[in-house]
Amino acid sequence: MSTDAQTPGHGWTAAVRRRLVAALPPEKLLPDSQPAFMASWVYVFGVLTVSSLAVVLVSGGLLALKGPAWWHVSAVGKYVNSLHLWSVELFMFVLVLHLWAKFFMAAWRGRRALTWMTGVVAFLTSIGTALSGYVVQQNFDSQWISDQAKDGMNAVGIGAFWNVLDFGQMLMWHTVLFPVVICLLSGWHVMLVRLRGIVPPIDAPTPGTDQVPPGQEERA
Amino acid sequence: MTRRTRRTETPESSAFPTRPYDLIKEATVALVLVALLTAGLAALFSSPDEQPVALGSWSRADSADFTATAVSELGGTSTTARYGPPYNHTAGAGQKIGPVGLQSLAGVRIPIDTAEDFVLQPLRRAPEPAPVTDALAGWNAASPDRQQAWTSAYSDALGTAPDGDPAQVAPGDYGPVPVLTARLLELAQSGALDGELLTEGGQFYQTDYTRPLLFLGDGSYFEGLARSRHLAGDQWGMMNETGNYPGQPWLWLYTFWYQIEPFKSSDNADALVWGLMALLSLILILIPFIPGIRSIPRWTRVHRLIWRDYYRTQQSPRRPG
Repeated sequence: MSTDAQTPGHGWTAAVRRRLVAALPPEKLLPDSQPAFMASWVYVFGVLTVSSLAVVLVSGGLLALKGPAWWHVSAVGKYVNSLHLWSVELFMFVLVLHLWAKFFMAAWRGRRALTWMTGVVAFLTSIGTALSGYVVQQNFDSQWISDQAKDGMNAVGIGAFWNVLDFGQMLMWHTVLFPVVICLLSGWHVMLVRLRGIVPPIDAPTPGTDQVPPGQEERA
Repeated sequence: MTRRTRRTETPESSAFPTRPYDLIKEATVALVLVALLTAGLAALFSSPDEQPVALGSWSRADSADFTATAVSELGGTSTTARYGPPYNHTAGAGQKIGPVGLQSLAGVRIPIDTAEDFVLQPLRRAPEPAPVTDALAGWNAASPDRQQAWTSAYSDALGTAPDGDPAQVAPGDYGPVPVLTARLLELAQSGALDGELLTEGGQFYQTDYTRPLLFLGDGSYFEGLARSRHLAGDQWGMMNETGNYPGQPWLWLYTFWYQIEPFKSSDNADALVWGLMALLSLILILIPFIPGIRSIPRWTRVHRLIWRDYYRTQQSPRRPG
């Protein structure tokens, strides 16, 4: 019996587990140390983006508890809607700062192109999610924004399938499909960051070698 | 090793010296900070919630505009009636990007017949006074050319009447049009038309507001309200919302193109702007593979500010002698 317990597991489950643990061992998934070059406030925007997304999801979930019309007739509902609005504003603000920071860090270097691409697609998906949220507010804003947005959608054929004037369709996309896609993309993005590690500074030589960053040769 | 080779190789981050770091603590502090900031902003600024416009409130506030719009829906001259796909087949309608007409390719998938859906069917579904029954019969018995002549004449007459008031229209050959539109105005003012446009098709449960929103958008009252709130397209309106709220500032680039030529005056503005934004989005996604653009970070040297501590240590006595 003890021999069985010590042999490696067989089957698909064991194989997947072995691959996952090999790719992302616990100390890499939840690290308690980071490269010393990671010393800038710029890095804060990534974790702030994830935190804002959490507040967006929770406040949206609270709105969903009582249905889409609740916040029009309840002071508590109005406050929860305000939480949702401002968490979205914060989310988009820190997300854009994170995106710009990663651009100027050329954070796609070192086999990190997919990390960049999942981040940008998550950003674009967030824009669509926000639009679907604005058109399901059930007020003057949602009427006007949907009336304007339909022309853009229709002009490229999207409106024939994704009708911003159809409240039911937009509500389902906003509360189900878009959040699922954003969470999957965000999870994938964060996993890639953990998998590849934090991108080193531009032109940084491998520590321990005698390479010198370009632009500093004259000093060397 | 050449300098070019050195630049293309990015060392593994695990090869660098490390410092202590607490991921869970950082995430928790960030979450609490964002939650508190959100709660504060929500308490301080709340959120906008201006009442929607109903067909009822529109028809009571501006009966002349409602009537003029109803005539255009009946005569097939409204914006929606001539929109093209996805609402109807209209010769020459549909925006294009160069020779490509994606709007037409998608086809008519949300069919709207403005005369039937916005005017005639609601009149038939409501209680019909005798004059309305006669007017409907007269309308149905007339040829399309005759119907067109009636609506055109009545539309012109409304345009010249004081304040567009149907009661002050000069006598003329308008057929049953004044009776039909007057009854539709009655239904709208009573609030019945809002419900009728939603329940066309016989469904009790309904969540599709396409018909009432299109009808509303065909009038000038709705746009006037939006314009007075700085929400029109030429007022950067697509990224704004009512009141002093930030709206959707992340749409600034999308909205920007509508403010300048050649988009501003183009009949294909929506398609062109969408095409351009799709291209720019694709470029953004593919930056890691685009020579030149992917080198901008190296040229701008913002990275030297971000990693200033690292570069400072690299400048110190790396290679003595």
